[in-house]
Amino acid sequence: MQLDDLYRRVIMDHYKNPRNHGTLEADAVTIKLNNPTCGDSIALQLQVDNGLVTDAKFSGEGCSISLSSASMMTEVVKGKTFDQALELADKFSSLMKGEPVEFEGYEDIEALSGVNKFPARIKCATLSWNALRKGIEQQQE
Amino acid sequence: MNIAAIREQFPILHQEINGHPLVYLDSAASSQKPRSVIDAINRYYEKDHSNVHRGVHTLGSRATDAYEGAREKVASFLNAALPEEIIFTRGTTTALNLVASSYARNVCKPGDEIVITQMEHHSNLIPWQQVARATGATLKYIPLQPDGSFTLADAELTITANTKVVAMTYVSNVLGLVNPVKEVAAIAHRNGAVMVVDGAQSTPHMRVDVRDLDCDFYAFSGHKMCGPTGIGALYGKKALLSKMEPIEFGGEMIDYVDLYESTWKDIPYRFEGGTPIIANAVGLGAAIDFLQEIGMDEIDKHQRQLAAYAYDRLSELEGVTIYGPKADRAGLVTFNLGDVHPHDVATVLDTEGIAVRAGHHCCQPLMRFLNVSSTARASFYVYNTEQEVDQLIAGLLKTKEFFGHAIG
Repeated sequence: MQLDDLYRRVIMDHYKNPRNHGTLEADAVTIKLNNPTCGDSIALQLQVDNGLVTDAKFSGEGCSISLSSASMMTEVVKGKTFDQALELADKFSSLMKGEPVEFEGYEDIEALSGVNKFPARIKCATLSWNALRKGIEQQQE
Repeated sequence: MNIAAIREQFPILHQEINGHPLVYLDSAASSQKPRSVIDAINRYYEKDHSNVHRGVHTLGSRATDAYEGAREKVASFLNAALPEEIIFTRGTTTALNLVASSYARNVCKPGDEIVITQMEHHSNLIPWQQVARATGATLKYIPLQPDGSFTLADAELTITANTKVVAMTYVSNVLGLVNPVKEVAAIAHRNGAVMVVDGAQSTPHMRVDVRDLDCDFYAFSGHKMCGPTGIGALYGKKALLSKMEPIEFGGEMIDYVDLYESTWKDIPYRFEGGTPIIANAVGLGAAIDFLQEIGMDEIDKHQRQLAAYAYDRLSELEGVTIYGPKADRAGLVTFNLGDVHPHDVATVLDTEGIAVRAGHHCCQPLMRFLNVSSTARASFYVYNTEQEVDQLIAGLLKTKEFFGHAIG
């Protein structure tokens, strides 16, 4: 197990300079999730319009893996349809299982592939993606 | 105390994790098991196993003797007056829930009070929230000082004539604090309340005397004290247990069954429905033998020395915050390393073969009191050494360097 597999430079960059950190207008869809094993929490906000995610922001606290993952997720999900976003969430699950997955046009996420070698940390990486899935599924109901 | 000889008895310690010798510093979560405990469980299954209290055959007698022998060992270990004051449970959580469900729910009513502290771990907090919800009683907290301790003066003010139950941990699994439960028990009794002690973290490490503490109930888990998982016990004073109704029905707790009415056995059996946790009770008995052979006072001294050493070494590290008081600390140190998230700390340490806990330690209200979402914790036991503390410090230096470099 090599630390550099987990903490790639791009992850550290997102951790130190999270994109889309903050809050959206009050009418945005808000999903709050906790990681009950460690007390980390995320509040994900999605601006949605006619089956489209037009904007996304997140707040909360967590480790480098959960915060960088949230930062990347909010970047890639903007402008995607609900179905495209759910497809991305599925792709991310595959990445966490160690399957070779490409995120064309947004390769930053692939830096998180190393989390697969640290099973205890998968929950950190998937927290924001679970929030995304939950938010969209709520909208689709 | 010959640590090398003690370590020799723990098979699990002799392995490499991620290319480094294992340094196990998470015994407050669960301790490792000596060969004698593993052998006792195996021997029981290979030679003596049968159900207890039923068979008239030889194995039935052997299993019953082994199970009841373990109860006697626990009673003597805690200095309980009688073996029947020991009820085997799955662990601390089930034991505390038994007191909450069988005693407190039937005693509390609106206007009554249950007094706890904000340092309780979830198992000694949520059952009381639930009792308060179900009965209309009020849940009250003894206020904490900035270091997490409380004063007896505040305990006096919080516990009143309306208090029916005072529940408190003996040793905090986050702060390493040893609470004055004997003094609090005296305050509880002056006000007509019962004293419940959560012994999850004290029982593995120090001499416990339930009669000297004069607590009414005392709960602990076997797996934190070299015993198997899935076994623990509730101690209760005979007069109280005898008045309590069972909460699980069937199996060994039955006395006489009619179509519409049934009667229960006496304590402790009335609280041990179904087939009991026989093999694990035998394993717990073996764990008690193992600990007593070393001596509880020796174990207490050793882990306090390690905690004091770790506290000093950690204090030398720039950017480290240590939680809980410095003096009179039980065998664990909870800390944070600058802005590095405890999960990241634990992962870096893991790559060096060092196991520590990172998270809220099942103490979310205490984390809020400390104003953190989580912390890292190194906890020590009879098999740990100062050299392992040094390895921890080296691992933390590496963590600092790695995150300083990677972030900066």
